[in-house]
Amino acid sequence: MKTLTGVIDHLPISGSNKTDGTSWTVKERLLLGLTVDQYLQQMRRNPLNWLLFAIFAVGLPLLLQRYIFGLGSVTHASNDYPWGLFLGFGLFGMVPLSASGFLLGTTVTLFGRKDFHPIERLALLNGLLGYFFAVVYLAVDLGMPWRLAYPMFVSLGPAAVLFLVAWHVATYLSVQIAELLPALFEWLARPAWKIYIKRITLGLTIAGIILSTLHQGALGALFNYAPNKLHPLWLSIEFQWIHFLCSAVFGGLSMVIVSSTLISTFIPWRCGRDFSENLDKLTLGMAKGASYAMITYLVIKLVALAHDNEWELLLTGWGMYYLLEIGIGVVLPMFLFAKGVRDEAVRPVRIAAFIAVVGIVWNRLNTAIVCFNYQMYQEVPHWKELWLTVTLYALYFVVYRFIVYRLPIVFEWQKSPVRQ
Amino acid sequence: MPEKTTRRTALKTGLAATIATLFLRPKAGESHQLKKYPKSMGVLVDLGRCVGCRSCEAACNAEQNLPPPERPFTDLDVFAENEHGQQRRTDENRYTVVNRYELAGQEHPLFRKVQCNHCQEPACLSSCFVNAYTKTPEGAVIYDPDVCVGCRTCMIACPFYIPAFRYSSAFSPRIQKCVFCYDTRLKFGKPPACVEACPQEALLFGQREELIKIGRRRIEENSGKYVDHIYGEYEAGGTSWLYLSPVPFDQVGFNTELPHEPILDSVKNFLGIVPMVLTIWPALFAGFHLLATRKEQPRTTSEQGEEESR
Repeated sequence: MKTLTGVIDHLPISGSNKTDGTSWTVKERLLLGLTVDQYLQQMRRNPLNWLLFAIFAVGLPLLLQRYIFGLGSVTHASNDYPWGLFLGFGLFGMVPLSASGFLLGTTVTLFGRKDFHPIERLALLNGLLGYFFAVVYLAVDLGMPWRLAYPMFVSLGPAAVLFLVAWHVATYLSVQIAELLPALFEWLARPAWKIYIKRITLGLTIAGIILSTLHQGALGALFNYAPNKLHPLWLSIEFQWIHFLCSAVFGGLSMVIVSSTLISTFIPWRCGRDFSENLDKLTLGMAKGASYAMITYLVIKLVALAHDNEWELLLTGWGMYYLLEIGIGVVLPMFLFAKGVRDEAVRPVRIAAFIAVVGIVWNRLNTAIVCFNYQMYQEVPHWKELWLTVTLYALYFVVYRFIVYRLPIVFEWQKSPVRQ
Repeated sequence: MPEKTTRRTALKTGLAATIATLFLRPKAGESHQLKKYPKSMGVLVDLGRCVGCRSCEAACNAEQNLPPPERPFTDLDVFAENEHGQQRRTDENRYTVVNRYELAGQEHPLFRKVQCNHCQEPACLSSCFVNAYTKTPEGAVIYDPDVCVGCRTCMIACPFYIPAFRYSSAFSPRIQKCVFCYDTRLKFGKPPACVEACPQEALLFGQREELIKIGRRRIEENSGKYVDHIYGEYEAGGTSWLYLSPVPFDQVGFNTELPHEPILDSVKNFLGIVPMVLTIWPALFAGFHLLATRKEQPRTTSEQGEEESR
């Protein structure tokens, strides 16, 4: 695609009309303005697509197996570890990385920081897809996925933490869809529809803050149900929800930095001028926010240690592992962020963001699997479970790329024909 | 334009949020009202009397129409079974198991029966977001497979590792656990099948409060024979099934570190913040918005990343 945009004049599509004034058809828009042959050709040329193909070739049959022969056919069917990778990674890992939507939405809409506007849509998309795929992971993990709507309409258990998660994730998904509709409307050449969303943007943003505060926290509070199973260093009854919420702040920001880095590196042809020119400045801005969130997180972690008086646990093997997680996953990227912001260097910030993303996922996996049942035995996921997890992530990647290629996420939609 | 959008939308938002709050309110409220039924039934298990004959396992299997076991109930070699260094536990094909403990200083091994303890304030029930669990006045914790979504939070929450999931089925998975023979026996005042099958009278069925008195008496009258504790009287808020043991409970596989408060207590403080966030956040953030965007004058361009760190 990169080479094609260099050769063919009218690519990429960044407005409703062709250079001659006629409008692009939907088919042309879907094919990125290429002919079918050209489209398939550029698909085949990209080695990444072959990797994805290999993942799907094994993964999709596994998915079928799961839905025909049950969860037990692709996992270890453990009654001691009811939650495996699908939830440990897919739900608990993806959701904090998707806090980006509400964070940037708040920054731009609520605090009026218009300078963050060029990256707002990417943050919203990152949030929406993250949540959507968390639900996809959930649909694979739930015993009866066809009853996904039961907690909303059929049988309500409002005193349960998961009830809160279900409602809030569902509501928040709709909020994020609404927030992103303007991009779709522009792409569909129906800019007039945007006015309806624009009117309720502030409401949506505030709803986003409320819902995010509660469900990010609720995901942490879910582990409060297992006070005697989860290692005390990873479970603080009083502070668990704040830990999850606070780490989601830098998790979400880091994920946007990672995502924007990948986009600007690998698909520069798609980036609009506004996005490309401001990206470094915005990256540093987000890094600053993330490092503040990290120091806050570290302080609360420390407070939790002191509150539960768990200092002596730090000297055990679990304590070393805990310090390792904090050291690599939080302290290291925090210093890199700070250094990057001070030197106005984007590179360390981007490295830090990548480490922080891994760190968050690591923390969630530790909470859900590694340090769960710490007095029993260590569950090692079945290879099929791992492969399915990767398959769903690959699917997430494909959808993400599909949308970024087409909708005006990192570029401005041109109303009149413009040549770049 | 900023005047119009900010104030009007802020008001609208506030109003909408208030209405939403009114509707969503009951969320956190109901958690405290789990009743302790005074007439609740229970079973007193005397580990000193159990000989490990597995009659209870067989009776349970028959009563609950569970699939036949891989090894017959008369096979006592199952006691040596060991998975991940763990003794046998309940799973989708067995609601109860008996495990053997060879202890130094005891002339014969001790046996412990494992099944749902039917908590006074069950963690499975309070963690279930579709209300699939019910604590009946008779003391049983029963389960409704017709509303269960299969999230398995109850398995996370149960401090005794009791609920098991039917992982083997794609189309009719469900939670499998002991239901105190509620539908077939307890409802009609009859003891569960396992109790009736016990040849040693190691299992005693009766009103929970009575059983506690009986347990105390047994401890007193046989001084030195039992540990001075009835397991289940207070553990995790108290359970309908109660245990007497001749040796300290941790030596026969019981978790003695369980808090006396129900599991529900550890999530209460989170549930408590929910109404606060729902009511305070809209006003607070609408206020922030008004403050931050009040004057559409050019702001200083210096970097201010504080917003995100909140």
